[in-house]
Amino acid sequence: MLRLEKRPNPSQFWQYGTPVVAVLLTMVVGGILFAMLGKDPFAVIKTIFWDPLFGEFAFYLRGQLLVKAGPLILIAIGLALGFRAGIWNIGAEGQYIMGAVIGASVGLAAYPTESRLIFPAMVIAGAFGGWLWAMIPAILKTRFNTNEILVSLMLVYVAETILAKAATGFLRNPDGAGFPGSRNFSSYKAASNPELIAGSGLHWGGVAALVTAVLVYILLQRHILGFQIKLAGQAPRAARFHGVNPTRLVVFCMGVSGALAGMAGLFEVTGPAGQISIDFNSGYGFTAIIVAFLGRLNPIGIVFAGLLMALTYVGGEMAATNLGLPSAAIQVFQGMLLFFLLGVDVLGNYRIRLVKGA
Amino acid sequence: MTRDILLDVAGISKSYPGVKANEDVSFKIGVGEVHALLGENGAGKSTLVKMIYGLVKPDEGRMSLRGKAFAPSAPSVAREMGVAMVFQHFSLFEALNVAENVALGMENPPPMRELAARIRAVSEEYGLPLDPSRMVGDLSAGERQRVEIIRCLLQDPKLLIMDEPTSVLTPQEVEILFKTLRQLSAEGTAILYISHKLEEIRTLCDAATILRRGKVVGSADPRQSTARELAEMMVGATLTPPERKATAKGDVMLGVTEVSVASPIPFGTSLKDVSFTVARGEVLGIAGVAGNGQDELLLALSGELKTAPDKVRINGRAAGDFGPAERRRAGLVAAPEDRYGHAAAPDMSLVENAFLTGAIRRNLSRNGFIDWPATRAFADEVIATYDVRTPGNHVAARALSGGNLQKFLIGRELDQTPEVIVINQPTWGVDAAAAAAIRQAILNRAAEGAGVVVISQDLDELLEIADMFAVLNEGRLSKPRPVKGLTIDEIGLMMGGAHGMEVAHHAEA
Repeated sequence: MLRLEKRPNPSQFWQYGTPVVAVLLTMVVGGILFAMLGKDPFAVIKTIFWDPLFGEFAFYLRGQLLVKAGPLILIAIGLALGFRAGIWNIGAEGQYIMGAVIGASVGLAAYPTESRLIFPAMVIAGAFGGWLWAMIPAILKTRFNTNEILVSLMLVYVAETILAKAATGFLRNPDGAGFPGSRNFSSYKAASNPELIAGSGLHWGGVAALVTAVLVYILLQRHILGFQIKLAGQAPRAARFHGVNPTRLVVFCMGVSGALAGMAGLFEVTGPAGQISIDFNSGYGFTAIIVAFLGRLNPIGIVFAGLLMALTYVGGEMAATNLGLPSAAIQVFQGMLLFFLLGVDVLGNYRIRLVKGA
Repeated sequence: MTRDILLDVAGISKSYPGVKANEDVSFKIGVGEVHALLGENGAGKSTLVKMIYGLVKPDEGRMSLRGKAFAPSAPSVAREMGVAMVFQHFSLFEALNVAENVALGMENPPPMRELAARIRAVSEEYGLPLDPSRMVGDLSAGERQRVEIIRCLLQDPKLLIMDEPTSVLTPQEVEILFKTLRQLSAEGTAILYISHKLEEIRTLCDAATILRRGKVVGSADPRQSTARELAEMMVGATLTPPERKATAKGDVMLGVTEVSVASPIPFGTSLKDVSFTVARGEVLGIAGVAGNGQDELLLALSGELKTAPDKVRINGRAAGDFGPAERRRAGLVAAPEDRYGHAAAPDMSLVENAFLTGAIRRNLSRNGFIDWPATRAFADEVIATYDVRTPGNHVAARALSGGNLQKFLIGRELDQTPEVIVINQPTWGVDAAAAAAIRQAILNRAAEGAGVVVISQDLDELLEIADMFAVLNEGRLSKPRPVKGLTIDEIGLMMGGAHGMEVAHHAEA
């Protein structure tokens, strides 16, 4: 019989080992799933994990990796701060949308003025939009003790409605012959977010993600605020004893994660998406939750996790088009990653023992 | 007097990863015998009785009950064979009444009305007053224990195991309990009585088996031995009581005026008009049965519960509206009772836990950035000064034994040159040698000029270290009195006597 036994100290090895094991388990079980769908599992796994990096079209697909990973990383780092403190912002998708809408509004309001200040102003406005949207669950939680999981999640659907209104109404391109969608930012230089190095996929969002990863890493390792965040998540009573003000912590963590999600939204809408459209958001805010946990809520880990998740996106699309795999199967595959990660996580604090007899 | 052997434990061993909890333990209990199991915390008493009660299986050795092999695979099996146990920590539902709680512990509970009648009958027969229809959440700790005992007695046990039963009782309640236990013993029920309180064992028990580090180090007739002899067998060393240097009374370091706060804890006790002062160099001991507002008093002093500014004064400064960090800055350090989760973050390292409260007074951060080398040095200093046994400062707090962690946590507060020290249960669960060291360290700080408040349920401890003595009862604090000249009877009455007994008229006199 197998038995779980609590470790006296959390295992250092499994802290870093679980993501690797989770990825391997996902490949094995995902492979079984693909085989049951009548596809060659090895070909599918190779298409997802190998081809985007070293395959025939890698020169193009590698760039796509950074395009996808950038927003995931930026959002996930913000979420990780809150998750560490036990504050569950599930509505990053809504904050991402609101950041995009408010940031884009600032840019479009200035159209067609050309100024170096426009894009930075849009980034700030985007961060503000995400922050504002995150403040709703934060204040409801601190004032009325509502559940931030539900409120932030519900606000995603409100944000989606506002986005639809923006794309078809107040931000619609006046020269667009009535089609929904705003002006395209790629043709408005002062407000566009182009690729910085041709073919790399790196735009300002990617740069922001990397800088944020380093800053948040320092915050968590060296700053008293990072200490308080970790303390509040692990031992809430000890945090109060230390002197953490729970209200301030909730406002800070929700605010930072909202602002980062909002920034990610702005970078996306001005860069890869190009315009505000009804469905420019592609679920990054939700996928970032997986990325945050896959990266162990550690900013450096999240950078790698974001790249890995981007790989499954890019590779998954390839598998869908080239091998005719249903896109739902790819989503199941991505979900498995989080499932196995959380399952294998037990090994960090417990070890498995073989026990003879009953 | 020779008795028939009821339980024979022979050569029992049990190991856990990294520790031998019991090694070759043998002893016998006669029918109707009150047998003491004596040992410090961590000596292996609990593991041993858990094996007898079927909660843990021994690695080696065998037991027999009335001559038949006895290897209970679960507590239900042990109960069926006549072994019952009252745990130190009660397993009761506060939102259910007494009869419902008793029914939950039975395999086939009778109808409620019948059960209530039986509870009443048993409680009268054994002199344990208890109303089956009362809500457990409203009961005192002593009454809760009676629920557990009656739950056991309804099974008509042959062997009753009691784990540290008096730690939550007033002296008068202890008397009632002992009367009950003697009656049971006279009727032929053997009692295995676990404690480290020597005087109790000397008055109650017929025989004693003494454990140290998992092994039997001796047996004694407690009635023929002095408390000191027993203690030295238990500890394996000669004990020296803490030294006190007489100091003149100084300025008031901590002044508390009519503090009333609602308890943030469900079924907690709110504080009602608590007032006291502590002078420089003075130790105020606050006694009381658990659950009478001790936790709330600590929260109100540490700053986790705030009051109007004037109600709490630290070194003359109004500090009632200060949070924990500001109170530390003002000179007050506090050590809560619960180590795993309140005083310390269990999964964080000792270094991080050193930062938890040491940050301010030890200057462990600069512009918001943590000075880790200085924090590590502080943790190492506490580990060395207070003899904390640990492989290093990097281990998680939860990896340390309760006593070791307590040494670390008390040391962490005392090494911050505090002006006011507030400690709840300084030596709970700590072995005798370490407890003596902690008490000495507290007294040393008092001698250096700190005002000290010690909240404890251990009366002997308070009488040993305190200058002034007060009792917390249902959230009210009695007027502090000098320890010199107090008798144990007076203290008992200050503690509210025996809950539910006819002693109120004594208190009024």
